Amino acid sequence: MSADTPILAPAAPALRLDRLAAGLTQRAAGTLPLIVLVVAWEGLARAHILSTFLLPPLSTVLERIWDDALSGDLALNLGVTLYRALAGFAIAAIAGVALGIVMARNAAVRWFFDPIVSVAFPMPKIAFLPIFMLWLGLYDVSKISMVVFNAIFPVITATLAAAEGVDSYLLWSARSLGASARQLLREIILPAAMPQVLTGLQVALPIAMIVEIVTEMLMGGTGLGGAMIQASRFADSAGVFAGIIEIAVAGLALVKGISMVRRHLLVWHQEAEDPTTV
Amino acid sequence: MSAALTRYFPLLLLAATWEAVTRLGLVPASALPSLDKVASAWYGLAAGGDLWTNGVSSMTRGAAGLALAIVFGSLIGVLMAWYKPVHVVVNPVVQFFYPMPKSALIPVMVLWLGFGDASKVVLIFVGAMLPVTLSAYNGARGTDQVLIWSARSMGASRLRVLWEVVVPSALPELLSGIRTALALSFVLLVASELIVARSGFGYMIGWLGDGGAYDAMFAVVLTVAFLGFVADRLYLMLVARVLAWRE
Repeated sequence: MSADTPILAPAAPALRLDRLAAGLTQRAAGTLPLIVLVVAWEGLARAHILSTFLLPPLSTVLERIWDDALSGDLALNLGVTLYRALAGFAIAAIAGVALGIVMARNAAVRWFFDPIVSVAFPMPKIAFLPIFMLWLGLYDVSKISMVVFNAIFPVITATLAAAEGVDSYLLWSARSLGASARQLLREIILPAAMPQVLTGLQVALPIAMIVEIVTEMLMGGTGLGGAMIQASRFADSAGVFAGIIEIAVAGLALVKGISMVRRHLLVWHQEAEDPTTV
Repeated sequence: MSAALTRYFPLLLLAATWEAVTRLGLVPASALPSLDKVASAWYGLAAGGDLWTNGVSSMTRGAAGLALAIVFGSLIGVLMAWYKPVHVVVNPVVQFFYPMPKSALIPVMVLWLGFGDASKVVLIFVGAMLPVTLSAYNGARGTDQVLIWSARSMGASRLRVLWEVVVPSALPELLSGIRTALALSFVLLVASELIVARSGFGYMIGWLGDGGAYDAMFAVVLTVAFLGFVADRLYLMLVARVLAWRE
């Protein structure tokens, strides 16, 4: 076959104006309810149907966010919150995947951790927060540990289920071709388990964020949750609403981010789209 | 019985280690009270009635919030899948708020509804509703079109199709969404009670810890954790019964 036969080359994407327009219309229709919500918020507050204490106008709240951004408070609080949530998430991800795989491969480890994981997974582990404060103090160590403690169980469970579910024929074939234990792990088990592990991580990330916010609210100090509880103590309702918008946007960005990572990592996989959650 | 013992033996091992470590004085009693102290503190709280009154107020809040979340969440989710206009209006709102860390709502609820029951019930309602909505929507959306067409062609009304075809086929996914909501409602309940409350388990944990009564604090923490675990197991048993027809 000569080089210039474009049989397998992708056709140049034709500019489909109609499709573009349809996509834009759909986008616009998708944001319309949110715009209505925003306008209703501003209207309700401006018309004094609700007191400005209960519902400060959105414009006041946005002004507050802008002021926080200029003074550097926003960057500081956002940075601290994301740092602790993501550090805890990363530790939970690495330790959880490692433990899940070891549990799948080693019967003794499995025997020991199985009941612990199955009992601890459904527990409201947030109740242990005062104990973590007692043991580890009020700073980063106790907050990050709390995040790890809460976020690790979905990762372990998902990894264990995934590693167990790896097609035995794949393992046998690889082994009969002379793959070492390390190669087996790197070339077969991890890639085959990847989709389910990523689903576990997609469950764990929002948990990490929820828990991080609660720890900040209870312990105070810097961070978006700490700033929000501070504002609520001083009956500063614009500050409270600024906090909720900042936290909502941060949460949305993280969730979108991890689903982009998923698509990037699983381009080779036949899964048509993301799981329907999130 | 003996199978259960072998299975849960590691938990006994952990408890024994806890007791041994405290008995041998390896960790100070102020950091980790011994297991028998925790047990007797639990007995004291239970006999004194504190555990029951606070427990009842926590569980009532949780049950009320979760019940509202389940009713409204499944209703909205199924309607989203069934009526296009509902989907167009509600879906962007759900998609935007779903990833929000729900604990951020705690101060807003306090601002709006104060320190009492209402702020917790509404917090749990709002927080736990989104997973239920999304799972009901995904379940109902996945209903086999052929089943709907068959039912319609056999003369079932739209409402009857909704009730007898769409809802049952959405059930498995809906029930797993409710499980998520159950876990989330415990988290939100305890977190909001720890932060601001005048009764409930979380409130108890807070004042016992502040007063240095660590054995009693551990007793309440373990009680809450145990209740969360039991609620999940009971729910799984219920789900197995409800879905028995699928086999």
